[in-house]
Amino acid sequence: MNIQLNGEAFEIAEPATIAVLLEAMSLTGKRLAVEVNEDIVPRSQHNDFQLSPGDRVEVVHAIGGG
Amino acid sequence: MTQDASRSLPENKPLEIAGRTYNSRLLVGTGKYRDMEETGRAIEASGAEIVTVAVRRTNLGQNPDEPNLLDVISPERYTILPNTAGCYNAKDAVRTCKLARELLDGHDLVKLEVLGEEKTLYPNMTETLVAAEELIKDGFKIMVYCSDDPLLAKRLEEMGCIAIMPLGAPIGSGLGIQNRYNIRLIVENAQVPVLVDAGVGTASDATIAMELGCDGVLMNTAIAQAQDPIRMARAMKLAIESGREAWLAGRMPKKLYASASSPLDGTFF
Repeated sequence: MNIQLNGEAFEIAEPATIAVLLEAMSLTGKRLAVEVNEDIVPRSQHNDFQLSPGDRVEVVHAIGGG
Repeated sequence: MTQDASRSLPENKPLEIAGRTYNSRLLVGTGKYRDMEETGRAIEASGAEIVTVAVRRTNLGQNPDEPNLLDVISPERYTILPNTAGCYNAKDAVRTCKLARELLDGHDLVKLEVLGEEKTLYPNMTETLVAAEELIKDGFKIMVYCSDDPLLAKRLEEMGCIAIMPLGAPIGSGLGIQNRYNIRLIVENAQVPVLVDAGVGTASDATIAMELGCDGVLMNTAIAQAQDPIRMARAMKLAIESGREAWLAGRMPKKLYASASSPLDGTFF
């Protein structure tokens, strides 16, 4: 299925949870936060939350800033 | 101008933010450094205990072994203050704060900044008020970047913001504190900590903020873009301490004419 990942089209095999997506991005275990269609998906739900085609997913982390 | 000699000395209360007490009154950002190592060393040298970070998309193509900022500036050691830099409306700012809270395992202290336009990065106060209201309702503890308008500063405090952070000059400009009278009025009226956020260029600017009675100063570019950021971080630490001591000591009154320091009695000529 196709999703929007950080503003870009991204292809991932169905079914896929957030945890599967993060693993595909080599981000498992990193300090980050995930939003799907502008709603936070808490870390505790990453293993269970099923992505759907067309979902807009944002994966963010902390970077330098003032 | 910085103090009225006739009034009583200010009380030396420790800096308290969201129920935690801090020794350092210097808050620092983590942007614009050469690399992560320099960031870590400069922050160490500054003695800061509260450190700001930005929240951005992970870079899809990045090297997964690249050090993460929060590995260098660990939330166990520092109070991390996520900002809403780059947000030009309340909606984006609220969204950023919610992502930051998730990122930091429920940590709800944030620096709210909603910008008005790119040239000056001046705060958009109408959007700031809207975002503050929504975030406070949602349980966030807000340190708010704002204009140096004493009435708006008071309004933000009454809404429940836990620290008021007026700009001294535009972000990254290094112009120093441009309107000392307004900063002083904000300090006089506030029951919550007031910190100058933005505009500091060098050590004396930070000292002036503290001599005006500010509870602290937040800076980034002045340290990160100095020729030697580690030394400037140390200079800022000393400048903040120096200004704070001068404020607590109560400066002498200003006079138009001279007043001899040596006694006039006992001269032999």
